[in-house]
Amino acid sequence: METEGPSYGPVAAAALSVGIGALAFGIAVVASESSPAIAAKLNWYNPTGPLSGKTSIGIIVWLVAWAILSALWKRESVRLRPVLMTSLALIAIGFILTFPPVFDAIAGK
Amino acid sequence: MNRYRCTILVYDNDMNLMPRETWSLIHGLVFGGLFLLAYSGGLVGFWSLRAGHFTGDGARSQARQIGLWTTAMAIVAWAAVILGAYVVYPWYRAHPPMPTRFLHYWPVTGFPQATLMADPAKAGWHNFGMEWKEHVAWFAPLLATCVAFIVGRSREGLANDPLLRRFCITLFTLAFLAATAAGLFGALITKAAPV
Repeated sequence: METEGPSYGPVAAAALSVGIGALAFGIAVVASESSPAIAAKLNWYNPTGPLSGKTSIGIIVWLVAWAILSALWKRESVRLRPVLMTSLALIAIGFILTFPPVFDAIAGK
Repeated sequence: MNRYRCTILVYDNDMNLMPRETWSLIHGLVFGGLFLLAYSGGLVGFWSLRAGHFTGDGARSQARQIGLWTTAMAIVAWAAVILGAYVVYPWYRAHPPMPTRFLHYWPVTGFPQATLMADPAKAGWHNFGMEWKEHVAWFAPLLATCVAFIVGRSREGLANDPLLRRFCITLFTLAFLAATAAGLFGALITKAAPV
């Protein structure tokens, strides 16, 4: 990464990882809605159903991404603007993928 | 005095809260109210934390307050979604012992999802309302946690960094809007078919 200004590494890691987690959550929702087999696999806690797996995957991906990026950028000074813009774009995609008319359309319902 | 007491007690088929109603209230109203309070406090703090508005000590104190509000918002958001998904939602999606089609003619309380799906005029409350609510709510704790971390890490440096401050405000507001959408549909669905 290019260096610029103060050490933004940990902040950039937190910002980008939340975007990655949001996207992973959106993809898990679409996958679950598209395939009964995947929905069954995401049923990690029966009373809650596939929602348990979808949300857990989003959280796990978010935390793993955060840990990896934090380790990579621990002492780096990264250019913040592109990271923040990418994060917002990923969050927006995640939001869109969890909107019922969108995931129903993708799932062909 | 007893007459008044009875008047209050008989209102709306006894003024009692069943365990499901109590947990639903904690999920929606208690945590929802605290979430709104934390958002308001944090937003005001972010808005006023600008270079030139504070001395060094003032900026540090303001950043500490924003840190408290954002951390509170993240904790409340996690509590609300975990309670919602693992305590209240299982009651919502419980399957009735009889075929669902009978629910349209003989409504049985305690099976909100099945009750809504049995009535084509109300099925949208589940197919759109609950399907969106159960997913969009989870963005609130994710985004609020990210903001709380950034504030804790940057502290008063946020005052000199408009880009990062705007990013925090955007995420903070998205978290609030996600929780608002979830809360709004939660209230409307509960009106159509109580847990």
